[in-house]
Amino acid sequence: MEASTAQAPSAPSAPRAGIRLPGVGAGLGRGVVVLYLSLFVLLPLAALTEQSLSSGLGEFWHQVTTDQALRSLRITLEASLIVVVINAIFGTIIAWLLVRDQFPGKAVVNAIIDLPFALPTIVASLILIQLWGNKSPVGINISLSFWAIVVALMFVTLPFVVRAVQPLLIEMDREMEEAAASLGGGGPTIFRRIIFPNLLPGLAAGVALAFARALGEFGSVLLFAGGLPDTQVSSVFIRTQVENGNNTGAAAVSVVLLLCALAMLVVVGLVQRWGSRHERSQGAGAGVGLTVMPMSGDEPAPPPTREDERE
Amino acid sequence: MSSTAGSRWGLRILGLGYLALLLVAPLVLIFYKTFEDGISPPLEAITSPDGLHALKLTLITVAIAVPLNTIFGILCALLLVRHRTKGNFLIDAVINLPFAISPVVIGLSLFLLYGTNGWFEPGLAEAGIKILFSTPGIVLACIFVSLPFVVRETVPVLQEIGTEQEQAASTLGANAWQTFWRITLPAIRWGVAYGVVLTTARVLGEFGAVTIVSGSISGQTQTLPLFVAKQYENFNLPGAFGASVLLALLALAALLAMNLLKRKEDA
Repeated sequence: MEASTAQAPSAPSAPRAGIRLPGVGAGLGRGVVVLYLSLFVLLPLAALTEQSLSSGLGEFWHQVTTDQALRSLRITLEASLIVVVINAIFGTIIAWLLVRDQFPGKAVVNAIIDLPFALPTIVASLILIQLWGNKSPVGINISLSFWAIVVALMFVTLPFVVRAVQPLLIEMDREMEEAAASLGGGGPTIFRRIIFPNLLPGLAAGVALAFARALGEFGSVLLFAGGLPDTQVSSVFIRTQVENGNNTGAAAVSVVLLLCALAMLVVVGLVQRWGSRHERSQGAGAGVGLTVMPMSGDEPAPPPTREDERE
Repeated sequence: MSSTAGSRWGLRILGLGYLALLLVAPLVLIFYKTFEDGISPPLEAITSPDGLHALKLTLITVAIAVPLNTIFGILCALLLVRHRTKGNFLIDAVINLPFAISPVVIGLSLFLLYGTNGWFEPGLAEAGIKILFSTPGIVLACIFVSLPFVVRETVPVLQEIGTEQEQAASTLGANAWQTFWRITLPAIRWGVAYGVVLTTARVLGEFGAVTIVSGSISGQTQTLPLFVAKQYENFNLPGAFGASVLLALLALAALLAMNLLKRKEDA
């Protein structure tokens, strides 16, 4: 980061923002933030990367392309792809129910959507076994199979699409749909031509975040799907390698997962830039990305305050 | 009209049925199974020395990681919103990393940094400081995984409140600290609190990263989620269920808090 505490070049006419960092100057504040991130996030990741390459690129490639490593990556990718498709469909349906439908208990349903964010993943694993495991009261036992991975990932990634699509549905102009209906468009046509294109930015961001989460999921998969060769996702494979003392192999596969995660973040960033250009409501706030992280409830992220809107 | 009503019911059955089978039924079932034979088996398991130690260690981790990430989160949000510079996008990108990286990869990174042959190993060994397989390693893992929440929740609120009141305060002679404590912090408090709840829930339940760095030694480096896994693997189901239900109740409390805070924020 530059040492300069330069102000944003926007709106020179308006008096500059009220509070700056209290007490400490912006330079010191920036220093603290950068130090904190370096110490707690970047340094460990650097050590990981170094370890993965410690025996050279050839060894890195060898470790990533062993049968077991490739199989775990393939299982992870397949399960994640299936899961994001399922959750894109059901997440959109659930968001639709929460915004456009009225039924008793809606507030409770809206609240429990976030349960997978709050519930520890190992507990998720345990509760899924109770319903879908070998003592299943409905007689369906999928534990220790590929489908256990899918169901576990469905559970943990459920909120992403719902929370990304919901604010767009709230904001959406009903007039377009009414116009389409008055012109004779049926339900499916209206959905395909009007609603779906409007939801697409949120849907894409939600799917990318869900995909990133699914690729790295560990706790919810562990007990439910087990670590058999045919049900070993990459995160479980990595832990097995650590336990066997193969740090380089573990680090190499970790770097592959890390790169996939980074790619997903880039996708989310691009989608949101695209979505916000769509809205034409972005002012000087473009400096701060990711305003649409679907972490917090149902309200759309507020548009950045624009200097010229004051007064 | 009837086709609209039909499709409405169809969507309801699909959406709510999905939630029921995936979220609600499994959760209800674990409460039922835990208390099937009364309250004493799960209670005994949690109040066993190992169970109590796991609870204590989890709370210690929360007590360190959450305040640190909260202070950092507010500072970082102020920086991102009120001090826009070209370098901010880098900070923004790094902030989001922990959301995307696998917890196991996070654990392994710390393991490699602080472990045998790690970058810090010689110095730490000389100073007699143990990071891995002890509390500091667990805390570091929890700080990493829960780092983004407060920043992410505070940034939009800071953008929304604008700067008029702060400017008024400073015009009236308040210094930067006074303005922060009396104007800014009260204005963003619900957003920060929401972030704190998410951070706490994540730290309470973190499993993947902690499992790599802690070694999961009963009565020493076992947090509550690790206790659940160990009890389950040892076929001690009352212990696993009891601790799970305790964690599930905490998660439900977090959900409740999130909803109350959302309402306050909207009001």
